[in-house]
Amino acid sequence: MQGSDTVKFMPSAAGEVNMKSDDRSRSPAAQAGAKEGKTLDIRDHTDVTDYQTIGSPFVDNPKMSARNVNVFYGDKQAILDVSLDIGRNEVIAMIGPSGCGKSTFLRTLNRMNDIIPICRVQGDFSLDGDNIYGAEQDTVLLRARVGMVFQKPNPFPKSIYENVAYGPRIHGLAHNKTEMDEIVENSLRRASLFSEVKDQLDKPGTGLSGGQQQRLCIARAIAVSPEVILMDEPCSALDPIATARIEELIDELKENYTIAIVTHSMQQAARVSERTAYFHLGKLIEVGDTKQVFTMPKHELTENYITGRFG
Amino acid sequence: MSNMNKPESFKHSDAIQASLKKRYARERRFQWYGRLAVLTGFVFLFILLADIVSKGSPAFTQQFIKVSVNLDRDTLDVPENPTNDQLFAADYQGVIKASLRDMFPDVSGRKDKQQLYRLLSIGAEYNLRDKVIENPGLLGRTTDIWLRAHAEAGSYLKGQVDAAMPESDRRVKDLQVGWLDQLRAEGRTESRFNIAFFTNGDSREPEMAGIRVALYGSFFTLLVTFAIAFPIGVFSAVYLEEFAPRNRITDLIEININNLAAVPSIVFGLLGLAVFINFFDLPRSAPLVGGIVLSLMTLPTIIITSRAAIQAVSPSIREAALGVGASKLQTVFHHVIPVAMPGILTGSIIGMAQALGESAPLLMIGMVAFIMDVPGGVTDPATVLPVQVYLWADSPERGFTEKTSAAIMVLMAFLIVMNALAVYLRKRFELK
Repeated sequence: MQGSDTVKFMPSAAGEVNMKSDDRSRSPAAQAGAKEGKTLDIRDHTDVTDYQTIGSPFVDNPKMSARNVNVFYGDKQAILDVSLDIGRNEVIAMIGPSGCGKSTFLRTLNRMNDIIPICRVQGDFSLDGDNIYGAEQDTVLLRARVGMVFQKPNPFPKSIYENVAYGPRIHGLAHNKTEMDEIVENSLRRASLFSEVKDQLDKPGTGLSGGQQQRLCIARAIAVSPEVILMDEPCSALDPIATARIEELIDELKENYTIAIVTHSMQQAARVSERTAYFHLGKLIEVGDTKQVFTMPKHELTENYITGRFG
Repeated sequence: MSNMNKPESFKHSDAIQASLKKRYARERRFQWYGRLAVLTGFVFLFILLADIVSKGSPAFTQQFIKVSVNLDRDTLDVPENPTNDQLFAADYQGVIKASLRDMFPDVSGRKDKQQLYRLLSIGAEYNLRDKVIENPGLLGRTTDIWLRAHAEAGSYLKGQVDAAMPESDRRVKDLQVGWLDQLRAEGRTESRFNIAFFTNGDSREPEMAGIRVALYGSFFTLLVTFAIAFPIGVFSAVYLEEFAPRNRITDLIEININNLAAVPSIVFGLLGLAVFINFFDLPRSAPLVGGIVLSLMTLPTIIITSRAAIQAVSPSIREAALGVGASKLQTVFHHVIPVAMPGILTGSIIGMAQALGESAPLLMIGMVAFIMDVPGGVTDPATVLPVQVYLWADSPERGFTEKTSAAIMVLMAFLIVMNALAVYLRKRFELK
């Protein structure tokens, strides 16, 4: 858990979470653990083969849906029978300890796992009813509709302008220079980066600070006007100030986009998301409204994780 | 101080303290080994360069002797108003010999006269011919003309021959030494920049021999090598690294490429002879065949280094490009190759430098021939710089010793220019 000095950067939901982390005596299971004074062993729960996700993994009229997802890296199974819907214009946070499969799940949503040769994906995925893994689905089109922001800021080693213009250019979204300028400016504005870089659009994007680079990557992602933005721990390499800016940005973006965000910071999940999904060793343990998951977790593992018992 | 009262951690720090001195000493020692190694390398490099430059630099000057040439029509054997053809066929050698006899009237006897004639280069008559054709008004008059000195006479004038040595041990005989001293005293000798070294092809006479055929040959050969090896090498690397499935066949290809890099170069020469010359009937001694053979030799180097450069490109760049919906090909060509380009260029320049210095495979395909005419294209017979070095180093005449070193200097200059070009290109790619 982060120290209290980060609290001042937290929007709305922060208070409740902080209270929560001090209050460990809500569920009986947690109480038992606390009494015995030991940390629960996460391996105790791996033998649940036909595990059913607790909470509400499904929503009406979802933007994206995934059913019975299994992902394998070679012989190792990284995701076990996960089903989850992502609602329209909602921000869904995916949390869980390292190696729980949340990033892997996120990457199945725009088929980024295709580039890993040993990775095998099973299950039914759809985006507005279109089968994502269908034979007729083109990954280029899919990734134009489902954009991605990565853990480490990864701007192209080109100018700031080129970074943003690249996506629209390869998709032929702008018909002339003026249109392209407009797209670039709008995207940078929406990523609240324009005012900082407007005089240095021809400077390399790699010369910006970490937080600026990540906002540039977000601008690059929204320049192609995707319907869904996947964010894979977008703030893990950033300081609290830059993190706060990105979080504000997510708040603004959710009006127009559906956002799925993977994060290790529970405060962040609590602050930015409407729904939260807790992953554990490849299984989706619990899904629910963020508020409910953080205040009244139904499953013992969720409880342990968000109270900092392990992870 | 008693250790008993000290807490555990203090004891540790004593132990660490004790080992520090040893560790630092080891580090210092290692640094000295490194400096020594670098110094040794520099000393050898310096000796090598000093030797080559001191031996080769005289080759860039050429001695000329001012001869009062009597362009007598009878001696030349041309009519009153000669045509160019008649001027071309005239007996300039006779004129030069007669003029030399006139300058040293007391020389008699066949042997002495022959020594006298040997003061001037055999090529002197061609210089004279060109001058006369250019200016026919010289006919019938006696003019002072600077003519190219013979290599032996030249080496005496350059001070390379010690006159105190017994006459039998040197090629410049006492008589010639006397004449040359006299000419020098009269101000009839001159040292000029040796333009012929850069404009002529090979010759049996050291003072006439030039590097141009080899220089052009090397240029054309490397042009062919680069034009074949660079695109094929880079595209093979890109395909193998980015597109090819990982299976037994690609593993086999990879092993074979690595093995090819270790095949002795003369084997490639044999292949060139058997396939390109005997089977495909391509011209012998041509830069085209030389370039193809060298490109086969260079390909593994370029493929291996390019693959390493492509592998080194951060996967996050690929993810970023794929993430905005770039196709695989766009990702590779817009992002991966530009980032890998500096590494690819470094590998290519190593391969090209190897090709530039290679002589063994070219011997097999006939680029060792004695060629005087400057090649105009990739199918004209030519030789290359390292082969020219080899040929001259093999020649017995003293004048070729300095030519050999001079040719090595030209070879190194060629290499430096090529490397500079690659460094410049690499810098440009890095800036982007």
